[in-house]
Formats: sequence, C-alpha cells, structure tokens
Amino acid sequence: MIDTVMRTPAEPAAAPTPPAPRAASRKSHPRHGSALDHESTLSLIFRGYVPLILATLIIALPLIWMMLGSLKTSGEVVSRDLVWLPGSPTFDAYLTASQKVDFPRLFLNSTLVTVVGAGIKVLLALTTAYALVFVRFPFKRTIFAGILVALMVPPQVSLLPNYILISGLGGANTYWGIILPGLGTAFGTFLLRQHFLSLPAEILEAAELDGAGHLRRLVQIVIPLSTPTIATVSLVTIVNEWNDYIWPLIITTDDQMMTLPVGLTLLKNLEGDPSSYPILMAGAVVVIVPVLIVFTFLQRYIVAGLTQGAVR
Amino acid sequence: MTTQARIPSRKGARVTQRTLREWLIFVLFAAPNVALIVAFTYRPLLTNMYYSTLDWTLGSATATPVGLANYVEFFTNAESLGVLRTTAIFTVATVGGSILLGLGLALVLNRRLVGRGFARATVFAPYVLSGVGIGLVWLFIFDPTTGVLSAILRSLHLPVPEWFLQPNLSLAMVILVYIWKNLGYCAVIYLAALQAVPRDLLEAAALDGAGRAKTFTTIVWPLLSPTSFFLLMTTLLSSLQSFDLIRIMTPLGNGTTTLMYDAYLQAFGGYNRAGYSAAVSTILFVLLLALTVVQLRLIERKVHYA
Repeated sequence: MIDTVMRTPAEPAAAPTPPAPRAASRKSHPRHGSALDHESTLSLIFRGYVPLILATLIIALPLIWMMLGSLKTSGEVVSRDLVWLPGSPTFDAYLTASQKVDFPRLFLNSTLVTVVGAGIKVLLALTTAYALVFVRFPFKRTIFAGILVALMVPPQVSLLPNYILISGLGGANTYWGIILPGLGTAFGTFLLRQHFLSLPAEILEAAELDGAGHLRRLVQIVIPLSTPTIATVSLVTIVNEWNDYIWPLIITTDDQMMTLPVGLTLLKNLEGDPSSYPILMAGAVVVIVPVLIVFTFLQRYIVAGLTQGAVR
Repeated sequence: MTTQARIPSRKGARVTQRTLREWLIFVLFAAPNVALIVAFTYRPLLTNMYYSTLDWTLGSATATPVGLANYVEFFTNAESLGVLRTTAIFTVATVGGSILLGLGLALVLNRRLVGRGFARATVFAPYVLSGVGIGLVWLFIFDPTTGVLSAILRSLHLPVPEWFLQPNLSLAMVILVYIWKNLGYCAVIYLAALQAVPRDLLEAAALDGAGRAKTFTTIVWPLLSPTSFFLLMTTLLSSLQSFDLIRIMTPLGNGTTTLMYDAYLQAFGGYNRAGYSAAVSTILFVLLLALTVVQLRLIERKVHYA
C-alpha cells in the first residue's frame, strides 16, 4: 500500500510542511474583510457543513458499526429486524474468537514482528542515510540510485522467489522467516537522507575536529537533531509492518505463528456463517483499533510521512 | 594532528589510511541494508523472470523449461482476457473515484469550517488501517441477509443486490470499499496543494467578478495539475498492486481477479502453477515499470519547461 507512495519523482522533496501547522499559521493572519470571506450562511451550510458531516459519517460509521457489532450477540446479528445497538453489550465475541484462533498469541506475534521488524528497519535506515550523507565513499550516488530504484520494484514480483528461498532455508512458520525479507529499507533511507542533507554541516565539522567518530556524531548530534523525521519514519514503518499481509499469509501456515491479519483470514474461513459476524468484528477491532489509537495521537507525523514528496 | 605536523613525510600514508577507515565505516553502515535490498528485491526480480520460463508445479522438485510458453498461454487464453478486463475496470474506477472524490472533499475541507481538522483526520484514517480488518467490516455491511445495507434497502422496498454471487457486483463492491479506504489520501494531498494556492490570486479573481466555478476552472485546477498528476501515478501504481481487500472480500476472485490477484491465485490459490504465476507477475511488473518510466519522462519534461 504505502511503498507506492514513495514512487515519487527521484528529486528531493523539500521537507514538506504538514498541512496542519500551515493552516494554523494562516489563522494567525489578521483577517481583513476580503472578497473571499463573503459567503452566505446558506452556502456555508450546504456547500460546507453538509458535505463535511456527510463525508465524516461515511468514513466513521462503518468503524463504529464494527465496534458495535463486536459487542453484539449472534442472535442480535442474524435477527430479521436490524438491531442497531447491542441490547446488553457483551465481550463474549472476543472470548469466542480467542477460542477459535489463539488471539493473544496472534497479537503477540504481530507485536513481536512489528517491533523487531520496524526497529531493525529504522536502525538500518539511520545508518544507511548517515553513511550516504556524511561518510566519504566513491559510488555514493550509484548506491543511492540503486536503493531508490528498489522503491519502484513492486513487492509481488519478489513473492515467489522469496518464498522458495525462505521456505527452503526452513523459514516457513518462523519469526525470522516473516521478518527477514522485508528488512531492507528504501523508504526510510530516502526520507532520512533528505533530512540529513538539510542539517547544518558546520556542527558536524566541529564535532569531527573535536575528535568525535562517526558513530558518536550519529548518536549524539544527528539523531537528536532529527527526531521529528525519525518519528515519521518509525510510525509509518510500524503501521506498515502491523498491516503487512501478503508475505505473512504465504510464509505462515501454522496458526501459532500467524500475524493478526493472517489469523483473521483463518478465522473468516472457519466462521462462514452470518451468525459469526460478532466474532469477525471482534477480530477486526483487535487489528484496527491499535493503529487507530496510534493514529489519533500521532497523526501529524503519519500523514506527513505518507504524503511526503507530494507537495513541493 | 600533532604527529602529522612532526612527520610530514608520512602525511600521504596517513590520508590513505583515513580514507580507508572512512570506506570501512561506510561499508559497516550501509552494507547490511544494501545487501538485504539486493537479496530480497533485486535477486527475486531476476529469479522470477527465470521461473516464468518454466513449467513448474509449486512444491515439485522438477521443472521443465518451456521458453515463452507461459506468456503465450497468458496472451492466448480467454480467461486472461477477463483478467485484463477486470484489472482495467478496477484500476480506472478506483483511481478515478478516489481522485475525484478526494478533490471534492479537499475543496470542502479547504473552507474555514468548524471541525475540519477532525474531519480531515477521520477521512485519512482508513488509509492507514489494515485492509484485512476493513474488508471484514465491509463484508458485515454488505452481507445479503444480515448486513445493514441490505436491511436499509429492504426497508425502502428496494431489491438487495447479490454482491457475492454476481461477478460484476463483487467487483463493484470491492471498488467501492477500495475508494472508501483511499480517498482520504487524495483529499489530504489535494488539500495541501489547495492551501498553497496564492490567496491574492483568488482575491483578484473574486474582485474581477469571477464566480466559484470560473475561479476553479481557470485558476485552481491548472495550479493543481502537478498534484493531480502525482496522485494519478501513485494511485494507479498502488491500485494495480492492491491485494488485501480483494483477498479477504472475494477469496475465489470471482469477478475480481486482477493481474495481481491472478499471480497470487495461480501460485498459492490451489493451482500451484509457479511458472505461470511468475509469468503473470512479470507481465504486471513490466506494466508498472512502463508506467514509472512514463511518469519520470513527463516529470523531466515539466521540470525542463518550468
């Protein structure tokens, strides 16, 4: 999903301002009664608020419906008359779902794969981007071009060969088998490199004269100066790892080693009857709500990371 | 430093040593990532092309080289014609739908409305959520017997479409959900572009008596064209590769088998036709590559003329 976002022009996108702060700064302008500000209340309502509310509802209602559905009983779901709200909200569906597939275990698997996978990816992106910007080496441009082009190789082309390789090495149904093929990171390297290029060179030169080695310069100077970009890269990577589907789907067949999206697929195959929708909604809540919570609090970074390169 | 000054004759040797140390550090820092990209992105690209020339059942130890037979089969097979048709419909509908609705939404969000920050975050949210989870939620809504959509249609005495039995309706359903999930991405990017439109330009147009529609077609839309182009390319590429929603909502691919899904089904969907699957994904890769090259060409041209 997301790596295609980065298939942007190869030229650097100047650190894009997330739209939110920009909107805020506009607000601080003194408002003079310009020709644009005249708008009748009627037009404001019908061209502004009505579509705004409608769009918000169309997006939010299915998610609310999911949460309500997960609290209903099977009887309420199959009832001929639509039951809007669960009569007496119950967590039974969550318990039943956990008996069908081992949800705590799936949650643990997903968390482990996400934390380890995203952690290594961000680390690799940091060192690679640092090396590309601050360490002297021939062919740096060629190497960077090679990394950029990797962004343009669609992941499904590598699916079958990676499956043959990893399962041949005994990586099917193992954590390392799930994590390893996705570790090479072009997205994070690209974003961090753009940011590092904007750092003042004098500070690093001064540190070099003080005898600080590259590792110390990276840890003590570059990383503290780059926290917003690192946060952006980390969050986008974490969300991607958490939602990743096609690779874990192929490489895991053991229901103890599946990640959440794969386990949900299994749950759906097991529970084909309409009466099992509360169970499926409970599963959907478990995979969706953690990301929704992270997004609610840190959306500025996530949106900036995902729309990077668009605004120049 | 001090030793360097004392023994100038060794300066050259010291510089080389320092250069070597830099190179070593570069390798230590960059090599793991580069090696991973080579091993799991570039190597498979070539291996996949090799696989595509084999008649090979997944899991079998033997494979017969068949040259281009898999490609010949794809392009002479009536079924793959259907795959191409599905791919075209899915791509055009999802790209067009998310861009147009995204633009409309961005125009609304660009007004000074109370709560627009909340609305902006809400419409973007589905873009970051698991496609599998979202697919399940919409299955619950579309379900012909217990779904809320069917209940509403029934209460209005309207016919309930057989979303899961009719291939065309299955495709329409997946398209609708895909647009629902992705239009916030387009809206947020258009919104940022709209906010970059110079305000004086709009005010001048308003003073000249240009109405909303005229201002949009003559000023705003042309200024948005780089953004529209960017969105066209990114949504096109991701739409061609969409998988999660199709897999969870229509596992058999009845009416929804795009190139991407066909490549998956052929190898992992029970047919175990590894060689043929590799050929299908190679065809998809060539298509994506061609689109990327066109994109880079057009951007180059724009940059030159700018």
